[in-house]
Amino acid sequence: MSLSNTSPLQRHWVFAWRSERLLPYLLLAPAVVVTLVIVFMPMVQAVWTSFYDLILFKPNASKFVGFGNYVKLFNDPVFWTALWNTLLWIGLTVPLQMGLGLLAALLLNREFPWRGLARALIIIPWALPSVVIALMWRWIYDPNTGVLNDILVYLSIVQTAVPWLADPDVAIYAIIATLTWQGFPFFAVMILAGLQGIPKSQYEAASIDGASAWRQFIHITLPGIAPVLATAGLLRVIWVANSMDVIFVMTGGGPGYATHTLPLYAFIKARQNLDFGYGTSIAVTFTILLGAFVVLYLARTMREVER
Amino acid sequence: MTQQSTFRRIITTDLPVLLIVLFAMAPFVWMILTSLTPTATLSATGVSLSPMGWSMDNYVRLIEQTSFLKNMLDSLIIAGGTVVVGLLVSVTAAYAFSRFRFTGRKLLMMQFLLINMFPIVLLILPLFVLMRSVGILDTHFGLILANATVAIPFAVWMLTSYIAAIPKSLDEAAMTDGCSRLTALRKVVLPLTMPGIISTGIYIFITAWNEYLYALTLGGRNVRPVTVAIQTLIGEYQIEWGLLAAGAVVGAMPATILFLLVQRRLIGGLTQGAVKG
Repeated sequence: MSLSNTSPLQRHWVFAWRSERLLPYLLLAPAVVVTLVIVFMPMVQAVWTSFYDLILFKPNASKFVGFGNYVKLFNDPVFWTALWNTLLWIGLTVPLQMGLGLLAALLLNREFPWRGLARALIIIPWALPSVVIALMWRWIYDPNTGVLNDILVYLSIVQTAVPWLADPDVAIYAIIATLTWQGFPFFAVMILAGLQGIPKSQYEAASIDGASAWRQFIHITLPGIAPVLATAGLLRVIWVANSMDVIFVMTGGGPGYATHTLPLYAFIKARQNLDFGYGTSIAVTFTILLGAFVVLYLARTMREVER
Repeated sequence: MTQQSTFRRIITTDLPVLLIVLFAMAPFVWMILTSLTPTATLSATGVSLSPMGWSMDNYVRLIEQTSFLKNMLDSLIIAGGTVVVGLLVSVTAAYAFSRFRFTGRKLLMMQFLLINMFPIVLLILPLFVLMRSVGILDTHFGLILANATVAIPFAVWMLTSYIAAIPKSLDEAAMTDGCSRLTALRKVVLPLTMPGIISTGIYIFITAWNEYLYALTLGGRNVRPVTVAIQTLIGEYQIEWGLLAAGAVVGAMPATILFLLVQRRLIGGLTQGAVKG
């Protein structure tokens, strides 16, 4: 059907139908174009750079080395240290945050007069800039004048002041404690929302049947908040793995390599040695390793969207 | 009987909650106390716990001897700019996602979710190289763009769920009355989504204000947001904790106050996002 022998009304409808088809793409264009330029282009460039031997202050000496950086990485003992630290970092921080968050959420879900206030105050760590958090805890952990040592010595839990961030065996745990503090409010808030979605009638029925508080927790509460735990947990694994600002400000990765995680190692390599080729190859490797969790999270979220 | 149950509630609920609240607040309160203690007292007897030993000395020095106010302005421009850029491009995108079913919809939605998961370190290095060659390193514009990498995908997802909550029949009714799609978006959907847009904007503002790694890498002499400025307060030979604490308190204030003001709605949106996808 050619446009010439259709009535104006029909033509109008064809036009409207066409623009209706095109419209979503037009509406999406700005966001897609901007993200293409500031996210995907740089990313492709990162992958590209990782195949080059590129030191930023001598750009003329840049040369293609293929998988050279990755081979170097494989034989780099610091890479393996950083990988182990990353696993330790995620493996301890996320469960600790979740445990403390669950405890806080269960308490906040009870009835008491100042509940609103408590709920607002508990999220303060979440709102603070990570630099402030890192510096704050450095001050608390300070071996000479820090309040933590003062308290522990006063309570005779330790005999002499502990150099929390200067001892290679202790430093990473000290930072994990800080990050646990920073992140538990997120879990508390998410889990609280999950708890409030569980119908009260289930508990009433259970107590009529004589189920103990513990059994109610295992059979009603936990299954009720399981989806929230899974989603928030995955999100947090990705987030904690990526977050390096707190470590960077607290120890800069030291003492030695004791608190290096993979993203931090990539950042330090590029920032201090301006070794962008090697730095990006670490970043790319880290991204691929993290990819598994990202895929799990994406699959979960997109399934929800489809419903 | 009721007295006994009140007592029981205090032991099993109020007291544990109080402990957790104290745990959450103590470090920041300690920072505030530190900032109120003059440096001389701090090195002699430590942090002053009584109001008798407090003074605004550190805050006065912070304003007079450092460029902190200028740094606050930098942060304000960057965070404000990120909010504008983030919301402008996201509102229409979110409308498209929630109102149209088109080829590639799922893929594009996933793309925005995926960006949010990318390690910042993977972006920061090429962005540095890119911005250096374009010549926007150390400018407000450069940092606004960098922060937009986080803000846009977040805003798209938040706004999609907000707009999806508004019944389609409303804009269809407007269109039957002769409005075009875009007029319906402007006159019907936007006003109804305003609360959601505002809380998304505030959350973007907070994240951009608190952001540190981009500011450190892509900023410099001209543009130095507070998060970087706070760290430069660390002296060359010894750390001046009083001054540093004052900077930290002032630098954290805007975001913290905003967060407390809007926490209820913000958390509603965030948890909805996580619980329902």
